[in-house]
Amino acid sequence: MNRRVVITGIGVLAPGGVGTKAFWNLLVEGRTATRRISFFDASPFRSQVAAQVDFDAELQGLTPQQIRRMDRATQFAVVTAREAVADSGMEFAELDPPRTGVTVGSAVGATMGLDQEYRVVSDGGRRWLVDHEYAVPHLYGHLVPSSMAAEVAWAVGAEGPTTVVSTGCTSGLDAVGYARDLILEGSADVMVAGATDAPISPITVACFDAIKATTPRNDDPEHASRPFDNNRNGFVLGEGSAIFVLEDLEHARKRGAHLFAEIAGFASRCNAFHMTGLRPDGREMAEAIRVALHEAHMRPEDIDYINAHGSGTKQNDRHETAAFKRALGEHAYRTPVSSIKSMIGHSLGAIGSLEIAASALAIEHGVVPPTANLHEPDPECDLDYVPLIAREQRTDTVLSVGSGFGGFQSAMVLTRPERAQR
Amino acid sequence: MSSATVVTGIGVTAPNGLGTDAYWSATLRGQSGIGPLTRFEPQQYPARLAGEVSGFTAEDYLPNRLIPQTDHMTRMALVAADWALADAGVVAEQLPEFSMGVITAASAGGFEFGQRELEALWSRGGQYVSAYQSFAWFYAVNTGQISIRNGMRGPSGVVVSDQAGGLDAVAQARRQLRKGVGLVVSGGVDGCLCPWGWVAQLASGRLSRSDDPDRAYLPFDAEAAGHVPGEGGAILVLEDAEFARQRGAGRSYGEIVGYAATFDPKPGSGRPAGLRRAIELALADAGIRVQEVDAVFADAAAVPELDGIEAEAITEVFRPGGVAVTAPKTMTGRLYAGGGPLDLVAALLSIRDRVLPPTINVTLAPQYEIDLVTGTPRKAAVDVALVIARGHGGFNSVMVLRGGP
Repeated sequence: MNRRVVITGIGVLAPGGVGTKAFWNLLVEGRTATRRISFFDASPFRSQVAAQVDFDAELQGLTPQQIRRMDRATQFAVVTAREAVADSGMEFAELDPPRTGVTVGSAVGATMGLDQEYRVVSDGGRRWLVDHEYAVPHLYGHLVPSSMAAEVAWAVGAEGPTTVVSTGCTSGLDAVGYARDLILEGSADVMVAGATDAPISPITVACFDAIKATTPRNDDPEHASRPFDNNRNGFVLGEGSAIFVLEDLEHARKRGAHLFAEIAGFASRCNAFHMTGLRPDGREMAEAIRVALHEAHMRPEDIDYINAHGSGTKQNDRHETAAFKRALGEHAYRTPVSSIKSMIGHSLGAIGSLEIAASALAIEHGVVPPTANLHEPDPECDLDYVPLIAREQRTDTVLSVGSGFGGFQSAMVLTRPERAQR
Repeated sequence: MSSATVVTGIGVTAPNGLGTDAYWSATLRGQSGIGPLTRFEPQQYPARLAGEVSGFTAEDYLPNRLIPQTDHMTRMALVAADWALADAGVVAEQLPEFSMGVITAASAGGFEFGQRELEALWSRGGQYVSAYQSFAWFYAVNTGQISIRNGMRGPSGVVVSDQAGGLDAVAQARRQLRKGVGLVVSGGVDGCLCPWGWVAQLASGRLSRSDDPDRAYLPFDAEAAGHVPGEGGAILVLEDAEFARQRGAGRSYGEIVGYAATFDPKPGSGRPAGLRRAIELALADAGIRVQEVDAVFADAAAVPELDGIEAEAITEVFRPGGVAVTAPKTMTGRLYAGGGPLDLVAALLSIRDRVLPPTINVTLAPQYEIDLVTGTPRKAAVDVALVIARGHGGFNSVMVLRGGP
């Protein structure tokens, strides 16, 4: 009855190249995918930089009907879910539908589709009583983003527990944590789980402008995301999706699956402090880390690498640096910490799953991705942030953390699958 | 070490009653909260009825600083949470901060707030978008605001599975309690009764176009032709029974003993719908036999095909006429993420008062072989109740409740 959960398939769509391989190459080469926004004329906005995915829905095999009814974020999720199942070596016919569930994380759902459709029915914002005659038939699916999980379930043929987890910027960690619980408790043997977001639309850019959360470094977009650097001044909006096949270890072993990593521990806590602000002491994130380690039966010294939230806002980077020290003590100073947001931006709810993918691949390849654009560390951020250049090192255990609006703080411990096989 | 999951507090904001007592007495009187939309001028739309929560003035309950940063549904959620905690006799400051979590369901977030900001953006420009938009609209808003207001720092979460989500949130709360958390504030309060939300809901094709509040939402009736949407819902305080005992809580409303969720196969696949399986799995999870169930609170879609699937699932599991079935949501409309939790409240109060509220206005269509409680409340010694909630797209969630020890 002691079930364990392993990642056996990975599907990724990230800025800088389509697919898991392109994603990993970008990270280990320390290249950045942050550019000037091209989806719309961003010149009226304070922040005009984003990390966009080079995505062609048709080329990715979606039908015209699917493309019409799905928001971009949903399209991402369906494509990465299929890729994850293919990567797991499982045939769709092998999946037992009632024992297969879906959890999709997303912070802002179909916000891009809603923004576009709103413009139409409101005649460019001129009508409060918007006109239903101009509404598209799939607008309800945009309204309630559980449509994302439904589309993924249809795409992979799942009939087990299916839902969307939406805890802001920790959604990508929390969705995988949620799915893991379903396997551990026996409600499913296989979960297709991960996260997606495609928020690069005027309303999202405007709302982050309003609180100066995003960077105004418009003259140098390729170096705009600068976690832990003294010259950082906000995050860079991103988009993308990572979806995994999670399996009960026994189930995976029986079919001889390749095991990327075990999800050995997970916990989330809330700071109950402020909807967007963070207390500098990092105690709630530290508590999440402590509990995740406890679940994994591990000590701080077992952690080989920390995949940081590292958004590149002043308050975040100090907050989580404090949390690492509080949770890991002296070991925090010995552990490489890096933020892949320096390269692919911050895709809100999706990023947590992209970071899980990076963590699993770090274990798989024995390489720690770097923090790009880190030239002059903030004196208050005094850990080893792996500046600029990836590091080859045996990596058995990774801590991945996330922090988000609403006060959510999440921590996940991933380990080398051999540990899981013992 | 983990014991039972008990419900120790209830807070209700429902279209037919503000507060648990007002809601329950209206529900037993058969008094509906469905009426013509007043929040905006509905004349131009093909559906014009809704279950609005009337008489709710946020300023009466919440500090002024919270008003500009919250959507209407978040204000109701905060107040419902206050009421639920007071009902449970919880003084949050006296309990360990990491022992308390918040897990709510959402469907559309603070959509009315979002419409105002979209209007500002597109009619005036990005610099007119509120600094609060980034968190007043998103789906996690209610959980975040409730946790801040009450200093709850334990595991928190937000799920979205349309109308099934309210039960999924409570189930997730139960999971956390089983892992050792003491108390979780859960449930859902929802609603997007603004023109933009209304137009998006209309697109589902499932809204009733009737102008007669008594004939608009008729589940299991031959005249079923869609539902009336509403707003509001319920927040529950769930506790590990041992935690509740140790803090000296009074008697509980009852216990959450079983839960399961399934998803329907893709339309056109020819595979059977997932609701029956969800009912059976929830009963198995509860360790409760079919004949022990005293009442079913139906999802009651009022779309003929969906009513048919639900009646059939109930009949297959419980045999024709084998269990009392009711749908008090005929008095509130469908409340999305708030619907499941409000039905949990109705079920718990039915257990407490040994009475089942009626399904109003409905004449049971002859093809459905269910024992539907219509007209007036029915006296019944309810010990075990089963609540069904289904979400658009194929989400099926089922929860089983039992009276407190």
